[in-house]
Amino acid sequence: MSTDPVQVDKVSGQTTTGHEWDGIRELNTPLPRWWLWIFYASIAFAFGYWIFYPSWPLASNFVPGVLGHTNRAAVLADVAFSNQVRKEMTADLQKATLQQIADSPKMLELALAQGKAAFGDNCSPCHGSGGQGQKGYPNLTAGRWLWGGTLDQIQTTITHGIRAPNDVDTRSSMMPAFGKDGILTAAQIQQVANYVRALDGLEPEQGVDLAAGKQIFADNCAACHGDDGKGNIDMGSANLTTKVWLYGNDINDLITTITYARNSTMPAWGQRLDPETIKSLAVYVHSLGGGK
Amino acid sequence: MATVSQPKSLWSGEIGLIAVLAILALLCIYIAANTIEGAYGFHMALGAICAAAGIYAIWKRYEARPAARPPLEINGLPNYNFGVVKFLTIMALFWGLAGMAVGVYIASELAFPDLNIAPWFNFGRLRPLHTSAVIFAFGGNVLLATSFYVVQRTCRARLAGDLAPWFVALGYNFFILIAGTGYLLGITESKEYAEPEWYADLWLTIVWVTYLLVFLGTIFRRKEPHIFVANWFYLAFILTIAMLHLGNNAAVPISLFSAKSVIVWSGVQDAMFQWWYGHNAVGFFLTAGFLAIMYYFVPKRAERPIYSYRLSIIHFWALIFLYIWAGPHHLHYTALPDWTQTLGMTFSIMLWMPSWGGMINGLLTLSGAWDKLRTDPVLRMLVVSVAFYGMSTFEGPAMSIKTVNSLSHYTDWTVGHVHSGALGWVAFVSFGALYCLVPWLWNKRELYSLKLVNWHFWIATLGIVLYITSMWVSGILQGLMWRSYTSLGYLEYSFIETVAAMHPFYVIRAIGGGLFLIAYCLMLYNVYMTITASEAAAPAAQPSLQPAE
Repeated sequence: MSTDPVQVDKVSGQTTTGHEWDGIRELNTPLPRWWLWIFYASIAFAFGYWIFYPSWPLASNFVPGVLGHTNRAAVLADVAFSNQVRKEMTADLQKATLQQIADSPKMLELALAQGKAAFGDNCSPCHGSGGQGQKGYPNLTAGRWLWGGTLDQIQTTITHGIRAPNDVDTRSSMMPAFGKDGILTAAQIQQVANYVRALDGLEPEQGVDLAAGKQIFADNCAACHGDDGKGNIDMGSANLTTKVWLYGNDINDLITTITYARNSTMPAWGQRLDPETIKSLAVYVHSLGGGK
Repeated sequence: MATVSQPKSLWSGEIGLIAVLAILALLCIYIAANTIEGAYGFHMALGAICAAAGIYAIWKRYEARPAARPPLEINGLPNYNFGVVKFLTIMALFWGLAGMAVGVYIASELAFPDLNIAPWFNFGRLRPLHTSAVIFAFGGNVLLATSFYVVQRTCRARLAGDLAPWFVALGYNFFILIAGTGYLLGITESKEYAEPEWYADLWLTIVWVTYLLVFLGTIFRRKEPHIFVANWFYLAFILTIAMLHLGNNAAVPISLFSAKSVIVWSGVQDAMFQWWYGHNAVGFFLTAGFLAIMYYFVPKRAERPIYSYRLSIIHFWALIFLYIWAGPHHLHYTALPDWTQTLGMTFSIMLWMPSWGGMINGLLTLSGAWDKLRTDPVLRMLVVSVAFYGMSTFEGPAMSIKTVNSLSHYTDWTVGHVHSGALGWVAFVSFGALYCLVPWLWNKRELYSLKLVNWHFWIATLGIVLYITSMWVSGILQGLMWRSYTSLGYLEYSFIETVAAMHPFYVIRAIGGGLFLIAYCLMLYNVYMTITASEAAAPAAQPSLQPAE
C-alpha cells in the first residue's frame, strides 16, 4: 500500500520511512559517519587544491593559484633542462667526425645511447627493433649493403633516404619492370630467375634452360648487377650471391621482382632529424653487426 | 461500465504516427534516390523499409485490437503494459551476445594483428561496434526494459502512451541498427561513444524525447504519493543523456544528401565537449541508470528494506551535481587550460563518496539477508556487481589525480578500469536484473536452472579477474616503459618494444573476455529454457531456491 505504517526493522532496529513501493520499504538509517567525514575531507582537499593551483574561471582570466603552476611552463622548463644537459654532453659529437666518435669510448657510448633511442622511434617500425629487417626492408646486421656499409655511406643513406621524392641528393636506382614493361617474356623471366637462383647456389627448377637464363642475364642484368652478379654499391644494385635476399629467394618471389621491379623507398631523415642525431644513428646502425 | 459497443476507428495517435512514418519513408526514398554515397543510400533505404513496416504493423494491430482502449486498471489492480518490456529484454540479450562477441574478436585482433580483415573487420571499425553494442545496445535495452518495468510497478500505473512505448523501443533499436552498420561501412563522426552521424543523431533525439515523455507521463499517473528512488535515477539518466547528446553532437551536415557532417565546436573546446559527454555517458548512462536498477532489484531480490533513505537522497544529489564536472580529467596534460584540468580532478575526488553512497546502500540492504548469497546466485551476482561498482568508483577518482594520471593515461590501465566497471558492475547488475525479470514477465515461478546461473557467475567472474588483472599489469608496465630513461637521458624503450611487451597480456585479456562470453551463452540458454518451459514442469521440479554449490 502506498501509505505504510512506520515499522521497526527487527534486524537493524531502525524504523522504516513509512513509504512502500511494490513491496520495497526504506529504513531511516542516518548517514554513516565515516562516509560523511570522508566526503567532507574530499571537499576540503578540493578547496585546498584550488588555493595552490589554477582553478576557477573569471570573466577574462582564471584564479592562478598561489604556486603559479602551469603545465606549459613545467614542460618548457623540463625541455630546456634536458636540452641544456644534452648540449653539454653532445658538444663533442657535433664537432667530431664519425670515425673520431667511433674511436672514442666516451663519445661512442653517448652516440650509441642516442642512436638507439632515435632508431627505436624512427627506424624500427620497418627495420625491426634489432635492425634485423623484414621482407622488403633491409637487414642492417648482415653486413650486406646496397649502398655501402661504411660510417660515411650509412650517414649519407640516412640523411638523403632512398628514392625520397623530396630530396634531390637521394639514393636512386631504378630496376626496370622487365615483365610489366614487356622487355622479357614470362618464359624468359622464369629462365633468368632460375639462373639467378643458381648464381646463389640454389637449386633450379627441373627442366629449365639455364644456358638461356645465363644469356638473358648477360644481356639485361649484368650492366648493373655485374657479369658475376655481385652487384655494385655505387649504383645500389644488389649483390645476388650473398644468400641475403631483400624480397625473398623463392622462385615466385624472384619472378615477381623481375616482372614488376620493387624499388621501395626510405624517407630522407635529414629533413626530420638534426645532424647530430643522424651521426649517432649512423654510428649505432654501423654497430649492429654489419658495419664495414 | 458502459456496455454500448463503440464503433472501431483509428485513434489519433495511430493516425499521427502513420503520417509521421509515411513522411519519413518518402523523405528517405527521396534522399536515397539522390545521394551518391552508397552506404548512406543503404541507410536511407533501410529507413524507408522500416518506416513502411511500421505503418503495416500499426495497421495489423488496428485490425486485431478491440475498439476500446486497454483499461488502466482491471478490478482495481493496475493493467501493466509488459509487452514492450518483453521485447526490450529480448533485444538486450541479443545485442549483448553481438557486442561481447565483437569484443572478444577485437581483443584477439590486438593479440594477433593478422585477424584484422580490411576494411570491414579492421580494429578501427569493429571497436566502436563493440563499445556501442555493449553500452548502448545491450546496456540501453536493459535500461529501457527495466525502467519501463520499474516505473510501472513502483508507480502502480500503466505505462503512459499507447504506441509511444513501442515507438521508443523499436526506434531505439533502429538507431542501433543504423549506428552499427554505419561503423562497418565506414560512416563515423569520429567522436568516441558518439560515432553515429547527424541523421542517426537526429533520429535518436526524437526517440529519446518520446522516452522522456513516456517516463514522465507514467510518473504523473502514479498512485503512490512519493516517487521511488530508482525513478529519480532513471529520470536523471534520461534527462542528462538528452542534454549530453545534443551538446556533443551539434554538427552541421555538409548536405542533405551526404552522411558527413562538421562539428560546430573546434579545437580544445571540441575535445572538452567530447569528454564532458564521454565521462557523463559513464556517469549518467552507466552509473545513474544502473544504480536505478540496483535500487529496485537488490531490495526486491533480497526481500529487505533499503538501508538508508537519507543516504539515497544525499548521494543522489551529490552524484548529480558533482559528476557533470568530472569530464576534464580525460584531458590532463593536454592543451586544455590548467584551471579546467584542476576542476576536473578535484570534482572527481569529491565524487568518490557520493559514488560509494550507492554501494553502501546496495551492500547494507543485505544486512539480515547475507545468508541468501549462499543459496541464490542471482542475488550474489547483484551484490558482486555492487562490489565492483565500489571498486571502480574508487579507482576512477584515484586515476583522475594528475600524478597518477601521468602514468595511467593512454595505457591499458584505463581499459582495465573501464572493464571492471563494464563487466563487473554494468553487465553483472544487468544479468542479475534480467534473471529476476524474465520469470516475472513470462509468468514463471523461477528460472529454468539456478545451477546454470551459478556457473554463469563463476565463469564470468574468472573472466573479469583475468581481464582486469592482465590490463592492470599491462597498463602499469606500459606506462613505466614509456617514461623509462637511460642514465644518459634517452628513452630506454622504443614504442614498438612496449607494444611487443603487451602481447602476453593481450592474450590473457582475450581469454578473460572469451570466458565472459561463454558464461553469457549459458545465460541465453537458461533464459530460453525459462521462457519456453511449460509452467507446470520446470518450477515444480525444483525448490525455488536451490543450494548453489
